[in-house]
Amino acid sequence: MEPILSVEGMTKIFGSDCDNVLCLLDSGLEKDEIFRQTGSTVGAYDVSFSVNQGETFVIIGLSGSGKSTVIRCLNLLLEPNSGRICFNGRDVTQYSKTELMNFRRNNIAMVFQSFGLLNHRNVLKNVAFGLEIRGVDRRERFEKAKRAISLVGLAEQEQRSIHSLSGGMKQRVGLARALANDPDILLMDEPFSALDPIVRSDMQTELLKIQKLVRKTIVFITHDINEAFKLGDKIAIMRNGRIVQQGSPEEILFHPVDEYVRSFIKSIDKGKALSAWHIWQKPESFMILKEPFADLELQQISSSGYPFAFVLDHEERLQKILHVQRDPASTKLTVSELPLATVTLETTLQDMLPLIESREFNNPIGLTDSEGRFVGYTTGRLLLSALK
Amino acid sequence: MMELFIVLLAGFPAWFKLDIGIYIDQAVQYLIEHGAWFFNGINTNLLGFLNGLQVVLDVIPWWILVLIVFALGWRSTGKVQKGLMYALMLMFVGALGLWIALIQTLSIVIASVLISVIIGLPIGLLSANAKKFTAVSRPVLDAMQTMPTFVYLIPAVMFFGLGKVPAVIATTIYAVPPVIRLASHAIQQVEPEVVEAGRAFGATYFQLLFKVQIPQALPTIMEGINQTMMMAVSMIVTCSMIGAKGLGQEVITAINRLEIGRGFTSGISIVILAILIDRLTQGWYRKSKIQTKGAN
Repeated sequence: MEPILSVEGMTKIFGSDCDNVLCLLDSGLEKDEIFRQTGSTVGAYDVSFSVNQGETFVIIGLSGSGKSTVIRCLNLLLEPNSGRICFNGRDVTQYSKTELMNFRRNNIAMVFQSFGLLNHRNVLKNVAFGLEIRGVDRRERFEKAKRAISLVGLAEQEQRSIHSLSGGMKQRVGLARALANDPDILLMDEPFSALDPIVRSDMQTELLKIQKLVRKTIVFITHDINEAFKLGDKIAIMRNGRIVQQGSPEEILFHPVDEYVRSFIKSIDKGKALSAWHIWQKPESFMILKEPFADLELQQISSSGYPFAFVLDHEERLQKILHVQRDPASTKLTVSELPLATVTLETTLQDMLPLIESREFNNPIGLTDSEGRFVGYTTGRLLLSALK
Repeated sequence: MMELFIVLLAGFPAWFKLDIGIYIDQAVQYLIEHGAWFFNGINTNLLGFLNGLQVVLDVIPWWILVLIVFALGWRSTGKVQKGLMYALMLMFVGALGLWIALIQTLSIVIASVLISVIIGLPIGLLSANAKKFTAVSRPVLDAMQTMPTFVYLIPAVMFFGLGKVPAVIATTIYAVPPVIRLASHAIQQVEPEVVEAGRAFGATYFQLLFKVQIPQALPTIMEGINQTMMMAVSMIVTCSMIGAKGLGQEVITAINRLEIGRGFTSGISIVILAILIDRLTQGWYRKSKIQTKGAN
């Protein structure tokens, strides 16, 4: 699939004499050294990545790592000095003034760290701002704005003034303003960093929920590694204007490329960052039984060394977990039913912890997809070793 | 050796001089001769406008003005007592027998402020986004404000004669810098992320200016207009020296005749006028300032 957004070798330098700085960069000099020599600041250097339709791409880094520069280059709020930024295969840095204006009006919207709201307008008129700029007529834009407002959970609050809202609500307005435009790409520049921790966590969950409905392509900036792992389908870690590693959360978690990345992921709360499917086990086919089942099938299970069986109904829902044991003396099978426990694949490890408190560590926990169909199992032991 | 010593001790060398004054005089003379049609045009129009304004203010009965001051004072401060106090202050001026002088002065102030805003506001707003313009305009504005006000009187009189018109012109030159300065400053002070948001949604230059920057900057712009009003009031007495009637003229007369009582009453009337203008307009922008500040 062609990525909706791809960035190739993008560099942004703040200051004069960019050609010279580019040469120095190509010769491998670091940001600090270049600043000492030329007085120019390197915002981003040779940044390349691509984002597929519907994906959330998270860029993470400390302050000054260039992540805000990168996101501002994507909608040309900052003009990159070199490199390409392709939207659906067309280079936006080559856009004419009108094309750029239309690109911003129709295809890309942005959410800001300190909200960037117009405090002389009420909630409704803030959310309708993008549509107003685009020239959508009054009735239609208020209608769309109202839909976006209820999507972010602010229904009935349209007439409130901005200064009467809490931080979390303000950012909901910011998000609604971006969504009202129905853009292809949503840029989010540390949208939750200004919020207190509890509200931040709520907003992350809310964003995931909304994302399930709208399936936008999101580029998300953060300095919080846990936020990155909670939201990101792909993650890029930036340092001194460069991307040091990018990939899926698992790749970064399990194969950090250097010390810097390692120190970054040290502070990950694995219980929140990992979910059940990270410790998912594929069941052997003989372990899955459909009622009614024959004794022979149980025989096979007992001799397999993993003496558990999953009994499904005709809709593939897990009904029972059986423990099958052969008495060595009598060769008779004893079958006992274990307490049933199932979670969906998306459940975080932290949320699974209460399940294993009352269970034998080796006893399986059933895993289901979002429709409740049985897809595999895991155990308390696997859970604990993943958290270690 | 001795010669050098003498040269160093001597006064500023007489041969090293720039007689700019002569050239300025010549330039002014040239303008008077060749630009008469222009200045006469301004003169006639402005006089018509001023007389019209005077008529309007004269037609309004005194008690309606008092009521307006009371209502505005009440609204802008939120307190009935203050509104009452401002109304009484206005009546006090009337009681001193200076009502007509007050109206004459007020018409000059209103006209100057109006012209200042009409000229200054667009300049300030449009120059806010042009850094190079600001670099040039700042020293010019500084000079306009620090220049002794009497200096403006001379060209004003030469171009427009004596009376109200040169008074309004001189006052405008003196009072226009704060509108320009604060309008431009206000636009530049709008939170960068708010401006970025406007740009990110694809706003054009004028959409950005009118839908984002000006509304966000309004409280500070109002502050500039308020300052302009205060500066216009401070020119009242100076302008009377070139024949503007009103409270300033009373002061000048009092000086010429050494009438302390007269000087004092007209002086206090000017103070009251200044207080009223300041307070009634201040409440206005303070309120909107709280609204915009509270949002962040």
